[in-house]
Amino acid sequence: MAPKVLEVKDLATEFKTRDGIVHAVNGVSFELHEGETLGIVGESACGKTVTVLSILGLIPNPPGRVVSGTAHYLGKDLLKMSDEEIRFIRGAQISMVFQDPMTSFNPVLTIGRQVAEPIEIHQGVSRKEALERAGELLALVGIPNAKDRLADYPHQFSGGMRQRAMIAMALACSPTVLIADEPTTALDVTIQAQIIDIVKRLRDQLGMAIIWITHDLGIIAGLAQRVNVMYGGCIVEEAVVKELYGNPQHPYTLGLIGSLPRLDASTHTRLISIDGAPPILMQKPTSCPFAPRCTFVVDRCRQENPPLLSFDTHHRVACWVDPKTGGPRS
Amino acid sequence: MSKDDVLLRVDHLVKHFPIMQGIIISKQVGAVRAVDDISFDIRRGETLGLVGESGCGKSTTGRTILQLYRPTSGHVYYNDVDLTTLKGSALRPMRAKMQMIFQDPYASLNPRMTVGEIVGEPLVVHKWGGTREINQRVDELLTQVGLNPAFANRYPHEFSGGQRQRIGVARSLALKPDLIVCDEPISALDVSIQAQVVNLLEDLQDQLGLTYLFIAHDLSMVRHISDRVAVMYLGILAELADRAELYLNPLHPYTQALLSAVPIPDPVAEEKRARIILEGDVPSPANPPSGCHFRTRCPIAQPLCAEQKPEWRELRPDHFVACHFAT
Ligand SMILES: Nc1ncnc2c1ncn2[C@@H]1O[C@H](COP(=O)(O)OP(=O)(O)OP(=O)(O)O)[C@@H](O)[C@H]1O
Ligand SMILES: Nc1ncnc2c1ncn2[C@@H]1O[C@H](COP(=O)(O)OP(=O)(O)O)[C@@H](O)[C@H]1O
Ligand code: SF4
Ligand code: SF4
Ligand SMILES: [Mg+2]
Ligand SMILES: [Mg+2]
Repeated sequence: MAPKVLEVKDLATEFKTRDGIVHAVNGVSFELHEGETLGIVGESACGKTVTVLSILGLIPNPPGRVVSGTAHYLGKDLLKMSDEEIRFIRGAQISMVFQDPMTSFNPVLTIGRQVAEPIEIHQGVSRKEALERAGELLALVGIPNAKDRLADYPHQFSGGMRQRAMIAMALACSPTVLIADEPTTALDVTIQAQIIDIVKRLRDQLGMAIIWITHDLGIIAGLAQRVNVMYGGCIVEEAVVKELYGNPQHPYTLGLIGSLPRLDASTHTRLISIDGAPPILMQKPTSCPFAPRCTFVVDRCRQENPPLLSFDTHHRVACWVDPKTGGPRS
Repeated sequence: MSKDDVLLRVDHLVKHFPIMQGIIISKQVGAVRAVDDISFDIRRGETLGLVGESGCGKSTTGRTILQLYRPTSGHVYYNDVDLTTLKGSALRPMRAKMQMIFQDPYASLNPRMTVGEIVGEPLVVHKWGGTREINQRVDELLTQVGLNPAFANRYPHEFSGGQRQRIGVARSLALKPDLIVCDEPISALDVSIQAQVVNLLEDLQDQLGLTYLFIAHDLSMVRHISDRVAVMYLGILAELADRAELYLNPLHPYTQALLSAVPIPDPVAEEKRARIILEGDVPSPANPPSGCHFRTRCPIAQPLCAEQKPEWRELRPDHFVACHFAT
């Protein structure tokens, strides 16, 4: 495998709320390699966004706090950097596309100005040159007549165009790592296909590594090389894509794959549903977070949270039980 | 579900929303053509799926069928009775037979009413029976949707999204309807919860012989639950066919693009797929393109497409399409 660009270890993040402490992320460890696309999948509130915001030093404090862990980017711990250092990395080397494109643009500045700004700051070029480059980037992400739209304000763009402009802005300084947080969830499927097509082309051209967050296992299947499945603030399974879909090991992953209808299914089979609802994370997990909903549950699951251990090369799973036999995992 | 056993017939249905301008003397300056002449049947006991991108007119279709919106023109026949001609007291018994489940399980339940009051409300409104009978029916309904009847005294905020959607389903079943319009009933739910609600809807259909119009933008889910699927684009129907036929033989260029854009959760299958990437965005329904509404994004559009509106025709038995060049 290519060298590591990012190595996250034992990351934990909490939020103080009126109702108590929310344990949003509970000891997450993973790696990202050069040029690789890593998917992070999981349901609402399982900790996907908080994981990446923690890495980038973007957790609002208060109420939030990264309570433990390290996140090494090319050998240096992002979590120990000064505000100035991390801001520099965020602008130029690791860039992020946010879940909600409307909140990430300033409504009173033109699109051109906003895409050009990081170029002007980080590459030391004139405003005019930066604007020209912004026009090229907007054209690159498929905005028709891009040069003429530089003077438009965000509300004059459709949802799909705003998301493409966000990607243009994120790519402005040729980052090593692009983090995309559900960039297509709010979009129609034909627009989603446009954006994924563009991202794949740019990835191949520019060779950047990508972390793509989504709740859609379909998108990951066609886009990523490796996947982390998150549940209740923990990574419960991690594998290369073909292995995850072809040989899922965690009961939650099994349930999730079984609960999805397939467009290409030739017969109608009843969906597998997972009973119950996701946990609310108000307690530090001392047991397996999936135990209340798991059909394989044994006593040990309620006493100890299973660690994420290697099951095979390129495949890790956090579960006490082997779902094939129902017996303990050896 | 015989072809001739039609429960509901939609005939050249049109719903335009006026666009008004001016504050003191407001006058109409245009119209959002949310539904722009569509015709189809829903057969007794079937699930008809309705898919399309956001803003294409799916919800407006559902609401106009139920007469929650009055159509601009066209007809809706329920068991051969034209609903569009009925008013007030004549419409009320028909309304009981046709219910709706909404997209947002958070916004669609009154937070100040208990679950029992919410589920029993239609029974009270339609003077279905005395308090005891109504309470009994509420218990029965909650059990039917997999909720503990003891929950009747709790409030909606105490429930998860999936449970709230069950409450919505229980309420829609209260008056023993024939037809339920399910408007994106699972879009707001987590993936693992969506299957719970879909399985519940399927079980209830088997038990009670319900007919569904199932509206969603997720083509995989629509295809899963439906017997037939209608594809909508910018106020019109592009295509309608049996679920298997639509997937194997899509005739409309939009259906073909839509099918190719839906991701399949299987990396091996994804590797082999070719995508048709459509250019641009869906135009505004206030100003749809002349001729074929899809022509601005259609990869095979011809000059004729701008001049003439394609006819809605049955190109193969039970397979309808609106495209000049579909063969
Ligand atoms: N600023 C905050 N204050 C309090 N709690 C927070 C805050 N941000 C996140 N959380 C909590 O942290 C948990 C994880 O949230 P996170 O945003 O990472 O979820 P997610 O996996 O990205 O979900 P989604 O798919 O809905 O975006 C949730 O319980 C959430 O309510
Ligand atoms: N009550 C209304 N007043 C004005 N315009 C409306 C109203 N309801 C829907 N529309 C418009 O009609 C079009 C179709 O909307 P809708 O039926 O809600 O689409 P869908 O359900 O397919 O997303 C949209 O342009 C929408 O903005
Ligand atoms: S550890 Fe136990 S409860 Fe958790 S997923 Fe495995 S079997 Fe289920
Ligand atoms: S009628 Fe013309 S524009 Fe419309 S779908 Fe057919 S070929 Fe395309
Ligand atoms: Mg998120
Ligand atoms: Mg709608």
